[in-house]
Amino acid sequence: MSQITDAYRGLKLGERWDHAPKPVRWFVMLLVVAFAFYLPYLNILPFAYIRTDLTSSGSDWASVLFLIVVYMIVAVGLNVVIGLAGLLDLGYVGFYALGAYSIALFGSTNSPVVEAMQSKFGLSEEWAVPFVVCIPIAITMSLIAGVFLGAPTLRLRGDYLAIVTLGFGEIIRITARNLDGVTNGAAGITQVPVPPGPESDGRAFFNTIDAERWYWLALAILILIIFLARRLENSRVGRAWLAIREDEDAASVMGVAGFKFKLWAFAIGATLGGLAGLLFGSKQQYVEPNAFMVQLSFLFVAMVVIGGSGNIYGALTGAFLLTYLPERFRDLVDWRPFAFGVALVLVMILRPQGLVPSRRRAREFDDRREEAKEAAADV
Amino acid sequence: MDFDALISGLDRHTLDGITRGSIYALVALGYTMVYGVMKLINFAHSEVFMVGTWTVLGVYTVLGVTAGAGIGMVIAATLLALLAAMLASAGTALAVERIAYRPLRKKGAPPLIFLITGIGCSLVLVEIFGQVLRVVFGRPFGRVTVNIPSVLETKTVFTIPGLDLAVSNTRILIIVGAIVMMLALDTFVNKSRLGRGVRAVAQDADTASLMGVNRERVIMLVFVLGGAMAGVAALLYTVQYDITKFDIGFIIGLKAFTAAVLGGIGNLRGALVGGLFLGIVEVYASAIWDSSWTNVYAFVVLVVILMFRPTGLLGESLGKARA
Repeated sequence: MSQITDAYRGLKLGERWDHAPKPVRWFVMLLVVAFAFYLPYLNILPFAYIRTDLTSSGSDWASVLFLIVVYMIVAVGLNVVIGLAGLLDLGYVGFYALGAYSIALFGSTNSPVVEAMQSKFGLSEEWAVPFVVCIPIAITMSLIAGVFLGAPTLRLRGDYLAIVTLGFGEIIRITARNLDGVTNGAAGITQVPVPPGPESDGRAFFNTIDAERWYWLALAILILIIFLARRLENSRVGRAWLAIREDEDAASVMGVAGFKFKLWAFAIGATLGGLAGLLFGSKQQYVEPNAFMVQLSFLFVAMVVIGGSGNIYGALTGAFLLTYLPERFRDLVDWRPFAFGVALVLVMILRPQGLVPSRRRAREFDDRREEAKEAAADV
Repeated sequence: MDFDALISGLDRHTLDGITRGSIYALVALGYTMVYGVMKLINFAHSEVFMVGTWTVLGVYTVLGVTAGAGIGMVIAATLLALLAAMLASAGTALAVERIAYRPLRKKGAPPLIFLITGIGCSLVLVEIFGQVLRVVFGRPFGRVTVNIPSVLETKTVFTIPGLDLAVSNTRILIIVGAIVMMLALDTFVNKSRLGRGVRAVAQDADTASLMGVNRERVIMLVFVLGGAMAGVAALLYTVQYDITKFDIGFIIGLKAFTAAVLGGIGNLRGALVGGLFLGIVEVYASAIWDSSWTNVYAFVVLVVILMFRPTGLLGESLGKARA
């Protein structure tokens, strides 16, 4: 026993974690997950102060938790694009919107697309594409959009990619707003379907009142995605992304097909964005174009970068902070964007590697800082 | 699809496009110069423009001029507004450089971080006019569109014979003003000693500093020049559209950046060509199809150009400029 404690002494938290025996790690992770599932019912003082519904004007705590988890899925997806492959995507909201609109367009009895299908195939007024079928549709749509957008633009330089993706996000929103005959335009689509489940008290299992069920669903999906993303990061593909990010020329000399892997990153990111959008649209049961402004893209990027790009836990932290804090301090809603801007500048200047950087990334930053110092000394 | 609308009003649409494009081109200069020297998209540049429009409003309010003032007053007020807008915009650009970019440059942060602080600065500037100043001073600040007195009343100066196209004084001011400023800037960068420094840094920053060019000073100069041009654009914009708003910069900035890329980013003349081209394409496309898609046309043009000619129409060359 003392040997183990001796070995632990002087280690940083992250290193201790790495050195801990596997059962201990599993146990701690289980505890964290269990606590996350318990969060909606958190009522023990003083911890209950983190709840957002302490005042009457506060937002529903479980709904806030749901939104945090949806944005966490977004952050994990965007982390693949920005953090792992090093591609700046400023149009991520486009994929998010595509996911939400896919389920709305195909799943809602209120959508022009479904109405057209009803009259074409002589189906009843209540018919719509079932929820489970909408999931692959949404994923396929965002995947296709990702490849479609990525194929011509990923050959370009990084900054051009930023601006083209920014444009893409706007195009999706403007299209959704203007194509009245397909998307109902600015009015949006109501009656977006919810996941199937046993009915109780005449209400669907996933309804607007019991928000914690949505939260649990999203959380389960998030945990699955984190698991998959971790596997991906440590795979051949993950190493290829890393090589591309650090030096694309060197990577291609070593036989890493830069374009192919960048396209992969883009497509995977798009898929996760679409999935998050699907969850969001389904919970809201209403989808309208103004929910997908460009500013949301900036928020997504900020989550990843403030948290620490390249590190899943960093991205999760960023998503949590940037979603939770504005909801917790809702009374200051008018000051939200201002505080956001100030925080962006301050955090990036004081800690450009992000709050929870990946160790590898942190080392890259140290190297760059040294180089900058040397360059300054040379002059 | 309504090609008749385009053909029948071709002369009018072209004039509209050139007017719009001139403003894009002036704002694009700021993007293109900063990019040429630092390889950085200055996201806060759109807000530098926005600050300029508010300054124009401020000058008019302080002077108390309104529509229908005497000719001497109009000229004086416009010139003063121009000067103030240039100063305010240049100051804002310089402040952004100091606060958001310089500390990062010292740390050798990767390009992505510069973009994030740029976005942060842009948000802060927008919110200063949309929220902070509203709380302190009340109206006209806030999240609403504000009218700016049309000090220079629109009058038809001459009609182009044969086309029956009326050309107004405001349009002449905008087009001539933009072209004069661009020529002045082009001459400055290509002929003056300071301009040679700018080109040297754009070409090869390390070698330039060995030759005694102060890189930091060149960067400051570039921000000041770009900001001043955005200030000119701000005045011309208010002359044409008579409004401002806290988030007016976003779309203009996006278009101006598109224009800069179109012409070949880093290339001053490219900014002019790209701006005019984009302005005309937008107006034509809006006439043929529908004006609610205007922003989509701009991006489609951008993507198409980037696919077939990634270096823009004239190529990227602040450094390789004709010496």
